[in-house]
Amino acid sequence: MNLVHLWFGLVGLVVILYVVLDGFSLGVGMLFPTGVDETERDVMMGSIAPVWDANQTWIVFGGGALFAAFPMIYTVLFSALYIPLLTFVFGLIFRGVAFEFRANSSRKTSWNRAFFWGCLVATFAQGLTLGAYLGGIRVTNGYFSGGALDWLSPFPIMVGCALIAGYILLGSTYLVIKTSGAVQERAFVYAKRSGWTVAGFMVLVSIWTPVHQPFLTVRWMSAPRIYFVWIFPLLAVAGFCLLFTSLRKKREICPFFASVLIFLSAYLGLQSAIFPNAILPDVTISQAASQPQTQLFTLWGVIFVIPVVLAYTIYSYWVFRGKVQPADGYH
Amino acid sequence: MDALMLSRIQFGLTTAFHILFPTLTIGLAVFLVIVELLWLRSGDEMYYRMYRFWVKVFAVHFAVGVVSGITLEFEFGTNFARFSQAVANIFAPLLAYEGMTAFFLEAGFLGIMLFGWNRVPRIVHFLSTCLVAAGATLSAFWIVAANAWMQTPAGYSLSDGTLQIKSFSEAIFNPAMPTHLAHMLAASFETTAFALAGISAYFLLKGKYTSFYRRTLGLALLMAVVLAPLQIFLGDQKGREVAEHQPAKLAAMEAHWETNRTGGAPFLAFAIPDMKAEKNRMELAIPHGLSLLITHTWNGKVTGLKEFPAWDRPYVPVLFWSFRIMAGIGFLFLGVMLWAGWLWRKRRLFESRAFLKALVVVQPLGFLATELGWVTTEMGRQPWMAYGLIRTSEGVSPIPAGNVVWSLLLFLAFFGLVGASYAYYLRKILRRGPDLESPVPSVQLRSGMQPLQQSDRGTSQ
Repeated sequence: MNLVHLWFGLVGLVVILYVVLDGFSLGVGMLFPTGVDETERDVMMGSIAPVWDANQTWIVFGGGALFAAFPMIYTVLFSALYIPLLTFVFGLIFRGVAFEFRANSSRKTSWNRAFFWGCLVATFAQGLTLGAYLGGIRVTNGYFSGGALDWLSPFPIMVGCALIAGYILLGSTYLVIKTSGAVQERAFVYAKRSGWTVAGFMVLVSIWTPVHQPFLTVRWMSAPRIYFVWIFPLLAVAGFCLLFTSLRKKREICPFFASVLIFLSAYLGLQSAIFPNAILPDVTISQAASQPQTQLFTLWGVIFVIPVVLAYTIYSYWVFRGKVQPADGYH
Repeated sequence: MDALMLSRIQFGLTTAFHILFPTLTIGLAVFLVIVELLWLRSGDEMYYRMYRFWVKVFAVHFAVGVVSGITLEFEFGTNFARFSQAVANIFAPLLAYEGMTAFFLEAGFLGIMLFGWNRVPRIVHFLSTCLVAAGATLSAFWIVAANAWMQTPAGYSLSDGTLQIKSFSEAIFNPAMPTHLAHMLAASFETTAFALAGISAYFLLKGKYTSFYRRTLGLALLMAVVLAPLQIFLGDQKGREVAEHQPAKLAAMEAHWETNRTGGAPFLAFAIPDMKAEKNRMELAIPHGLSLLITHTWNGKVTGLKEFPAWDRPYVPVLFWSFRIMAGIGFLFLGVMLWAGWLWRKRRLFESRAFLKALVVVQPLGFLATELGWVTTEMGRQPWMAYGLIRTSEGVSPIPAGNVVWSLLLFLAFFGLVGASYAYYLRKILRRGPDLESPVPSVQLRSGMQPLQQSDRGTSQ
């Protein structure tokens, strides 16, 4: 264990925090059209209105942390995936302004659409990014040396669709916690459906990834990984069992955390295969790392600031605990 | 056009759009802290009404600021990968710290600030407002430090062609940083003060919500009267710092071609700079003016542009005029405040329609001055990306121009749409006016608080 490994873990932690937290926000956005009237849509939006901005900030910080700790990953990834990443930004732009613009408008239809499409586009573009990253990126002398559309292939598109299903699962199980009545009833149904879809995609990814990137299979199947990688599919199976039983028993809290467990299992499975690469197939994390002093300086911030951030984030969730109250709007 | 030029246009446009938003967010957050504090101290319900009204403007403004700001963080990697990789050891931690210390603070407590009225005690709500304001200011601190480092790089060493960090305190508190930060924060507060004053004056002229807008105008003018002279002082400090550390930028701002070896350098009130001929046409010069401004002496030496090779000079005509208009607005604001002081002594501050009309007219100029200030500082940095270290031409990403054409067109369309919608909803919020009726939330009520006076209600006075 050294500084570079520690940072690899930290960046991974920030990314998974983002995926779970903004994942459910984006998921609620993609479920938005299922609300039958503006009152229902107000409730759905109200469930994430006080927290979405803080959730999104994890990717802003993640970008900064990646830039500081592994500048080569940041610069190569961002030039190689120019189009998916800026598409992601365009999605976030419409998702972000929709909250305030919708609240102030008398005819809400266009901002309802902007909100839905913003969330959908942002999620799909994230999936494309992940898929293209797993597929490997051409690098020469520390810079991206591929073409503008290298990311456009079936595997990233499949990952994009998988992520849409995954975020809908997070979003619907979150709505189960935060809402009641008809909205909650429907959230239970969508949680079940998206749960099965995610299960299907995970099987598909597990078959397709080794075909797409054979050397990942070699890594998984050899020491030392072979001793622990079997944990991740097991975790996923446990997550799905927990999800479906708790949904059947109409539990409110459990399904969400079961979904988080499913995400964790998939994420850790991938991370364990990529390490010690920074960029597949041949840039390692030590090559991509910044100067040790830079990593250390930024680490002090993480050690002292991030626990405080987590504390007040938890406080904020505690303040807004319980079902959405219509009276909480401020407009 | 190549990827470099397109990337520069895209970064320039997205930054120019973005900066309009934090400029007001920083000032408005502090204004809200003051208003909430006044409410807590005095128990005067009008301050509560003011908070609830201006926080709506704040929320819309903040949202557009956040989404346009994310764009910029992405563009360092997407469009300027070579620059980003070259300076990462020094530059990147500043962005990471901005995320950790500023964005989380803003985003985390904004929720309580907007939605927490019925859920937290008033002191917690007040603290949330303070923390959002602190977050906005800290964000300015880090991003201005990063930008100032590009102007006057410090705290680094060069080994094997890569930049290494030597001292983070020297890198953060680089020579340009203190004046840069002070000038920008003052610009935010001054722009906010004049924006609030202009909106209040508009409704006072219409005779709507008179007591509400008188209170806002009074507070805004108090902010402005401190900031208008302060900003001129800070601008002078900034100018002297630029003369010391970025002499080519200063010479271009002043269209000052020849170093004055004997006698004082004149200040040009008007000129049409000609880059090819290396001189100005139609000069209107004030003798010794530039020497006085920069060196505070009668005959002080100011380095001329001809001391620098032609390929190391920024584009003079834009710098010359953007700087002049910005500084002109600063002095215009000072003039308006002198007028305000004179009216105040005559006890006619809220009665003079001419003065209120003037406030409405100068209202958008703070934003213009902020934009032009950034144009001056960023175009004055050219042809360098990190001054003296990395040329702009060496910083661009290895991407085809087509990528940037695609994103530039979408940015134009989307920012156009978002900007137009923003203007529409802002106008709607302002026209709907403050809510003077709704009850104060029960958690927030102080015992024995008086109901609103009849004269403070209503629209017709």
